[in-house]
Amino acid sequence: MAEALLQIEDLTKRFGGVVPADAITLAIAPGEVHAVIGPNGAGKTTLIGLLSGELAPWQGHIRFDGADITRLPVYRRSQLGLARSFQITSLFRGFTALDNVALAVQAHRGHSFRFWRDARGEDELRKPALAALARVGLAGRAGVRIERLSHGELRQLEIAMALATQPRRLLLDEPMAGLGSEESAQMVRLLRELKGSMTILLVEHDMEAVFALADRITVMVYGRIIASGDPLAVRADTAGRQAYLGEKDDKENAGREGRHA
Amino acid sequence: MTASADPSFDAGREPLLAPRTAVTVVLLAVLALVPVYAMLSGDGFALTLFTRVLILALGAVSLNLIMGYGGMVSFGHAAYLGIGGYAVGILAKEGIGSGLVQWPVAIAVSALYALVVGALSLRTRGVYFIMITLAFAQMIYYVAIGLDRYGGDDGLTIYRRSQFGGVIDLNNKTLFYYLCFALLLTSIYLVARIVNSRFGLVIQGARSNERRMRAIGFPTFRYKLVCFVIAGALCGLAGALLANLTNFISPALMHWTRSGDLIVMVVLGGLGTPFGPLIGAVAFLLLEEGLSRVTEYPDLILGPILLLVAIYVHGGIEGLLVGRRDG
Repeated sequence: MAEALLQIEDLTKRFGGVVPADAITLAIAPGEVHAVIGPNGAGKTTLIGLLSGELAPWQGHIRFDGADITRLPVYRRSQLGLARSFQITSLFRGFTALDNVALAVQAHRGHSFRFWRDARGEDELRKPALAALARVGLAGRAGVRIERLSHGELRQLEIAMALATQPRRLLLDEPMAGLGSEESAQMVRLLRELKGSMTILLVEHDMEAVFALADRITVMVYGRIIASGDPLAVRADTAGRQAYLGEKDDKENAGREGRHA
Repeated sequence: MTASADPSFDAGREPLLAPRTAVTVVLLAVLALVPVYAMLSGDGFALTLFTRVLILALGAVSLNLIMGYGGMVSFGHAAYLGIGGYAVGILAKEGIGSGLVQWPVAIAVSALYALVVGALSLRTRGVYFIMITLAFAQMIYYVAIGLDRYGGDDGLTIYRRSQFGGVIDLNNKTLFYYLCFALLLTSIYLVARIVNSRFGLVIQGARSNERRMRAIGFPTFRYKLVCFVIAGALCGLAGALLANLTNFISPALMHWTRSGDLIVMVVLGGLGTPFGPLIGAVAFLLLEEGLSRVTEYPDLILGPILLLVAIYVHGGIEGLLVGRRDG
């Protein structure tokens, strides 16, 4: 798989006796939407931490476009073209939507040791930021402080922030989290538009969204990959279905217990 | 809330020099007229008091840059006042009286100290950052006590104010006052420019959400370090001015309570606002002066006032004046 854009080899992370990532090997081809699913505690969050650089692996390698990035700090990975969105909305309070995105643009326009010129007056930053906002359907909300945006709009802004860095690979951490059904559908439409223009690793609980978007699906359970392949194959795979159904059962059980309590 | 309902396209930005309130304008006018009042009334003390206010306001402006905009709560900011002051005092004692040497040295040594402290402390955050900046300041404090040649614990009298080749005579109290005023206004303008530049937005972004800053590609540490050094240099200048005002330096210049005073001024005036540090310094020092005349325990009254401001007035006095929404 020499042509893979992102190559994960034998990636392992331990926290004491817990092994949330156990010898993960995965190759993601350019332009592909690759979804990672699995029940809570499967190690999806750990995988995201390892790929974004916030966690250091116990062993193994991550290669991006042929270069070993296993030990690179977070900001260097971003500069190489790996962007991510956050599961829990993580933005800059007190700033407008446009300010937020413009900052992401600025991060990829050389160094920021410029002390004098008003950065909010720089077309070089504002125009690409506006374009990214327009791409996610937030152009009309550019001047609004993020405290006054709805949850759905914040999720869209998360994507715009990641897009503004003009990434080659996008790591989406549960972009549907907390969205209503209509907002989810909108998000799926948005992500489908991005499909093809960049490689996307999608970690998501919303199975409808996963099957609507993914070219390939990887199922993780207890830090291990138990199935990986195209959506139809994974759907047919019993192990995969169990991982997915198992979680659903958990939720139903929890709900039932809640009602009894 | 409909789309494009918000007319304030640039909400969230701080204006540059333009004072936002009548109160700020009035305050600046009053400050500009203090020497006139002093001359007419013969009240020399008022001039000295307000010169001191301006100088400490400069220190507060410096602290506001890192604390208000950058979220770096330095509890050792008085160390720069001391370093700046000792640079002037030590050079004066060694026979180098030129301000053109003394002041750049005061600024440079302060910047160097900030570089060292920042390089170590900025790797930590929260309480640890506060403790490390405090620890360094205490270290410098005890170093000053150990400087026997320069008075040790007793301090050192400076017999001649910084010389500027006869062009500027710092012994002229009115001139000195206006020099401090000009330097203060310049620094407020400089900070206002900086915080709205690309650099400043990185600093503000790191205060708001450093993890995200790294995720979008900013190596935040180096930006925060440079910001820390700029603030240190600015406060070093304030120290040089303070030594010239009092004609005396001692370790008390950088006692940790003084660092606390600077924090109080910034919080009182309004964190992260251009004129907040000035308003805070005026309010704090005048309150302190006034209360010490009517009571033996001014802190007993000052304390609860600060408590009320901290609890109820987000954005400090300036925030109260402009009705700033805290975001």
